[in-house]
Amino acid sequence: MATTFLDSSELVLNMGPQHPSTHGVLRVILKLDGEKVIGAECVIGYLHRGVEKIGENRTYQLFAPYVDRMDYVSAVSNGLGYCLAVEKLIGAEAPPRAQAARVILTELNRVASHLLWLGTHALDIGAITPLFYTMREREEVLKIFENYCGARLTTHAFRIGGLQYELYDEFEEQVKTFCDEFAGKIDEYEELLTGNRIWVDRLTGVGILNAEDCKQYGVTGPVLRASGVVWDVRKAQPYSGYDRYDFDVPTRRNGDTFDRYFVRMAEMRQSVRIILQAIQQIPDGPIMARIPKVLKPPPGEVYVSIEAPKGELGYFIVSDGSLRPYRVRVRPPSFVNLQALNKMVKGALIADVVAIIGTIDIVLGEVDR
Amino acid sequence: MFGFPFIRVLRAVFLMDLLQGLWVTFRNQNPSKIYTEQYPTERPKVSERYRGAPRLNINPDNGETLCISCNLCALACPENLIVVGSERNEQTRHKDLITFTYDLSRCMFCGLCEDACPVDALELTQDFELASYTREGAIWDRQMLEEGPHPARYK
Repeated sequence: MATTFLDSSELVLNMGPQHPSTHGVLRVILKLDGEKVIGAECVIGYLHRGVEKIGENRTYQLFAPYVDRMDYVSAVSNGLGYCLAVEKLIGAEAPPRAQAARVILTELNRVASHLLWLGTHALDIGAITPLFYTMREREEVLKIFENYCGARLTTHAFRIGGLQYELYDEFEEQVKTFCDEFAGKIDEYEELLTGNRIWVDRLTGVGILNAEDCKQYGVTGPVLRASGVVWDVRKAQPYSGYDRYDFDVPTRRNGDTFDRYFVRMAEMRQSVRIILQAIQQIPDGPIMARIPKVLKPPPGEVYVSIEAPKGELGYFIVSDGSLRPYRVRVRPPSFVNLQALNKMVKGALIADVVAIIGTIDIVLGEVDR
Repeated sequence: MFGFPFIRVLRAVFLMDLLQGLWVTFRNQNPSKIYTEQYPTERPKVSERYRGAPRLNINPDNGETLCISCNLCALACPENLIVVGSERNEQTRHKDLITFTYDLSRCMFCGLCEDACPVDALELTQDFELASYTREGAIWDRQMLEEGPHPARYK
């Protein structure tokens, strides 16, 4: 009997790039055996804009707005990483007041990023309600950003050497109000999701990535911490005065989707804790360090990494002593975390692939750059 | 998770977790918690520092432009979208502004141009309705920059 396509046990299914659950323009080629996934291959690059190449053609200050557009969900963190890298290159440090403001804004951005993740992740899985609530709270954070720097998403909040804008008058009050109310809102999400048996059953044991695999793939951020590895750049290599604040690094053991959800929820609480500490002790003083208007860093190379909401975000900048960087290389957390997708989806069902892509928390603007 | 197994069974039988979630949803039904903005009828309040449409300020006393044609904004722009045309005035020995072109289609509203302006002539304002029917409509000349956009308002 002649073999037909019906006899073959493998089926190749194309998912994306126009798929609502791949969070952007990610294309995944799935190899299926029935409904089981036996392999996945990511095709990326649909959102490639050559950000690193643009960096070679701009002066140091002029490249700063572009880094916001990589991970547009957490633009403030991107800006902080870039500013810290250039500051290290020229040997400058932001004044204490600027550092405190930077910490508050980046932690607010972490909350906003995790909120967007929570809403869309729950939506992927089938819980529609949390999306409306998380968007509502995220709006409050974006309003603070808008009041502070005039833009909501691509903020361009920080400049090399400190801040451009002084904190506005109601800043402390607004941030405090948000933090106080937000603790109750997290409880509300937990009531909706953590206590819900559909949610727990749907996520437990899906997409397991153990600590050993995490280290081999170089996975960072909440995905790594959910597997039990205590690694947070804010604790390991404190920057921007993070060593002054008291906070925990939440971890879990199993490394499945539920644990990653749990770690991110706990991280939001820790972020609120950091913000409340920082807002109470914003020092007075200048907000901008004395740096030359025309930046001409000495030849050399520098690598600075920060803890972005999605993991370790690193900037590697090579200077040849001219006005423009010789090379800017970005180590985006989403790109590295996405590489573990193949490992995580093996043996899972097609419906779980959606949950697993959601749980890595990728932003394709950052993956493709 | 919920204490004794017996209580857990009872909670499972009576779908307590689902009811709890529904109670959260019900609490948020309160009309005072509506956050949606009815945009065309209800205009949003943007912040004072909002970076929207650019404006070239004129001196309100004599109607002359504040711009001194120093070209710093054009140099500060990462996208090179500002073109300043000026001519040297032999009488005053200053540069006179002739043309000023701002390509909004390429602008990313980073605010570096207004930071660079030494006389606060160029400013990003709170206007945010920037749609136009053509690509050329997004390239603003000096007159447009001084007057600002005139979008048709919803009534």
